[in-house]
Amino acid sequence: MSQPTLVIGSINWFRYASPQAFYPLAGAMIPWFAWAAAALCVAGLYTGFFVAPTDHQQGEAYRIIFIHVPAAWMSMFIYVVMAFWAGVGLVFNTRLSHMMATALAPTGALFTFLALWTGSLWGKPTWGTWWVWDARLTSELILLFLYFGFMALQAAIDEPRRADRAGAVLALVGVVNIPIIYFSVQWWNTLHQGASVSLTSAPTMAATMLAGMLLMALAAWMYSIAAALHRVRSIILERERGADWVAEYRQAGKP
Amino acid sequence: MSWGSWADFFAMGGYALYVWGSYAVTAGLIALEVIMLILRRRNALKAASGPAAGAKP
Repeated sequence: MSQPTLVIGSINWFRYASPQAFYPLAGAMIPWFAWAAAALCVAGLYTGFFVAPTDHQQGEAYRIIFIHVPAAWMSMFIYVVMAFWAGVGLVFNTRLSHMMATALAPTGALFTFLALWTGSLWGKPTWGTWWVWDARLTSELILLFLYFGFMALQAAIDEPRRADRAGAVLALVGVVNIPIIYFSVQWWNTLHQGASVSLTSAPTMAATMLAGMLLMALAAWMYSIAAALHRVRSIILERERGADWVAEYRQAGKP
Repeated sequence: MSWGSWADFFAMGGYALYVWGSYAVTAGLIALEVIMLILRRRNALKAASGPAAGAKP
């Protein structure tokens, strides 16, 4: 099969579409993202707990926001990226794209669960209930089931190529849920408040609260990238363990 | 700074259960994911350099 080429700025980007070329590149990137995640998390927690003031309506309970909003953003964003790679894998039949989609799913599920968990712990003191079947909460719960379904489906099919394709179709169909989650607070009457940050209006919270939230969101981004890259390297090893380059890599004592 | 003392800080204005319940579970699950990532890599490396290496995957 001939290799497709996409040459931009004298770099052939399809080179990194091969697991063999991507494996060391991902390995080199992980420490950077991991340290950035740790540093941003420390800065975000410091800002969130020691700089941001007490909320005059919710008291200290609002400090859950520094996890809740970043986790909810990541839960949706990771799903879109996962579906993107699944789609690329279906169209171009590139193995690495499917591996990337598979690598993202557990981290996406983690953030979805955390968004639900922290939302529940925030709902109790502010709304007086742990859970309510409204549009925002229900569609976010469906997102969690979509992640679980994707992982279960791939795990249930022994042949990796078929598992890739079946998972990809599920991931792409499930994308319809993302705008439903995002716009649910506008489309339906819900207990959940509307977006607290938007590009078109001034933020409704104190600048230091916003800073803490954005720092934590950046930390969640960096962590997700590091975790997905780490997991995709394991997936590459699992699937390519019979390949010559893996044996050579191992013999040379490279990580 | 909103806190007069560490006891104040841990009390979270009466919302300790909700705030610390959120942060503890988040920290715990992220730690769990990191452990699972490390274990998966260790197993993958073992499988790749074990007797199965060179065989058809």
